Amino acid sequence: MKLRTLTLGLLSASAFAFAAHAESITIATVNNGDMVRMQKLTEDFTKANPDIQLNWVTLEENVLRERVTTDIATKGGQYDVMTIGTYEVPIWAKQSWLLPLDKLGDDYDAKDIIPAISGGLSVDGKLYAAPFYGESSFVMYRKDLMDKAGLKMPDAPTWDFIKQAADKMTDRANGVNGVCLRGKAGWGENMAFLTAMSNSFGARWFDENWKPQFDQPEWKKTLQFYVDLMKADGPEGASSNGFNENLALFQQGKCGMWIDATVAASFVSDPKNSTVADKVGYALAPDNGLGKRGNWLWAWSLAIPAGTQKADAAEKFVSWATSKHYAELVASKEGWANVPPGTRSSLYANAEYQKAAPFAKMTLDSINAADPTHPTVKPVPYVGVQFVAIPEFQGLGTTVGQLFSAALAGQSSVDDALKQAQDAATAAMTEGGYIK
Amino acid sequence: MARSVTTQHKTIATVAAWIIALLIFFPILYTIITSFKSEQEAIQGFNLIPSGTFESYTEVQAQSGYFKFFLNSVLLSVGSTILALLVAIPAAWSMAFSPTKRTKDILMWMLSTKMMPAVAVLFPIYLIFRNLGLLDSRIGLMVMLMLINLPIVVWMLYTYFREIPGEILEAARMDGASLWNEIVYVLTPMAVPGIASTMLLNIILAWNEAFWTIRLTTTDAAPLTAFISSFSSPQGLFWAKLSAASTLAIAPILIMGWFSQKQLVRGLTFGAVK
Repeated sequence: MKLRTLTLGLLSASAFAFAAHAESITIATVNNGDMVRMQKLTEDFTKANPDIQLNWVTLEENVLRERVTTDIATKGGQYDVMTIGTYEVPIWAKQSWLLPLDKLGDDYDAKDIIPAISGGLSVDGKLYAAPFYGESSFVMYRKDLMDKAGLKMPDAPTWDFIKQAADKMTDRANGVNGVCLRGKAGWGENMAFLTAMSNSFGARWFDENWKPQFDQPEWKKTLQFYVDLMKADGPEGASSNGFNENLALFQQGKCGMWIDATVAASFVSDPKNSTVADKVGYALAPDNGLGKRGNWLWAWSLAIPAGTQKADAAEKFVSWATSKHYAELVASKEGWANVPPGTRSSLYANAEYQKAAPFAKMTLDSINAADPTHPTVKPVPYVGVQFVAIPEFQGLGTTVGQLFSAALAGQSSVDDALKQAQDAATAAMTEGGYIK
Repeated sequence: MARSVTTQHKTIATVAAWIIALLIFFPILYTIITSFKSEQEAIQGFNLIPSGTFESYTEVQAQSGYFKFFLNSVLLSVGSTILALLVAIPAAWSMAFSPTKRTKDILMWMLSTKMMPAVAVLFPIYLIFRNLGLLDSRIGLMVMLMLINLPIVVWMLYTYFREIPGEILEAARMDGASLWNEIVYVLTPMAVPGIASTMLLNIILAWNEAFWTIRLTTTDAAPLTAFISSFSSPQGLFWAKLSAASTLAIAPILIMGWFSQKQLVRGLTFGAVK
């Protein structure tokens, strides 16, 4: 009896000692398929690192953004790893809110990260966030409807071709809209699409002196084309449609074309959820012959806040989650099609991945076609393709998004929306000290 | 004749009440229906007949442990309610039985704090919590929820206490009861129905509070509001899963509300008609 008690006591003591020694790190993330999958596969990490425990906090995107911003700005220290995007990384790194990732390990192979992605996550040549998955935007279209319209989608279409195809594919009697595009107001919703689109029309948010450019003819052409196209060939109530609404429409066969995130390819080609899975083709985002395409660049990335007390454990985790080994782990458990896309060049050189993901080449070409440092035709003072990487952009982008969404809904004219956008941007830039 | 008019009025009133009740309850009902649909069905527009799949519930349970969040919700709502009663009973007693010229003003001021947008004080509160080491702690959140709901609790108790004749308390005092004894042994037993309905309402308010419970917690103290929030997705279909998570989160409080509806209604209308 005594021996049993002693053994139990020793075991409890050692368990307690282990628990006390184990370091737990808290990871803030969004709820999307790739992130959820990672949470399921973390046993691979904890087996190799038994002294590190992982706590997950999954939040809705806007809440996550607000919470991590509050935490990092007040040095709350609630999180050891944060999931942030290409918009936050350059701003936060310049504020010294993030730790540079210089201890990712010898076998990490940081040079394998797609240059366009690593460029968006680096400041002064230092990587401040490791990409978990990257995306651009491209055209997803119905091959059967394109054939019916007697057209052939080029690999690199122009906006004029998109308009022509949309007009021919629209069949409202049968519930088919020629094109589905984002209309819901928000800097990450309609303004992601419209800013990227405006680049291909030669527009820019600001000139080299931070003077807003909504009063220039390039923006007028962009917004007028968008509103006219959507009125003629877009779905009803398009000003309320974001990514998820358009995804549902496309999956139900109600869109001839959809220009949106490359990550959508895996959803629309999934026969379990998409009624048009075997009829989808892909093409680069459209252009106007000005040397820039209307595609964006985004990467959900893992970063370590400067306030963490557990930087080493956090960096070990970031290294694991964004490594080639993780890609192979996902492939072995759930197939190559489910590997997080858009981060490593080696994935796109992998024959098995190319076979499993027919959209692989177009995704890589789209990512490579985006340049965050030279997003549009004319020079700009900012970084970012579908956003402007300054702290004021979240508020300003959403305000302008609301004005453009109202123009799409017919509540105001294109000219009025642009004038109000110009006034709002001028006020924000003056208040922010950009315009002296 | 008069009788038939009364009956007709009653019927109309009953039908109108049912229609209004159904309208109010419909979003909850549709959430429950959606939780039994597949993601594809959920996004396909209005449909009251689900396929009856439990897929979303299975996924929700597999993705994040419901019971940890549930336990936190119970602890936070009950804990904050007890704290609120401990503060509010003496406060309401003094306002009801020893009012001053400014009592009404104080009551109005307390209620006016409920009208302030919570986000306006997010940063100061966050910094206070950080400096006191209360971020992601149940104690900190209980105090926060208590403070949020305190004006309503004080108001409700004040209304009940005013219905109790002051002479009874005076008699207790003349029999030598101390202030403590007067509140604990005389006032509280007489106000039990009122205190119970205040308690129930406060539990419901604390259970449903989503602004602070999401923003001041991460893992250890996160309640069901954080659980629901984690199922909204920026890219992908999530309506059925979100509905399943919401149904699981509201079910306990809905059941509690159903069984205690008589007390709740009585509590909310107490003192309304004299």
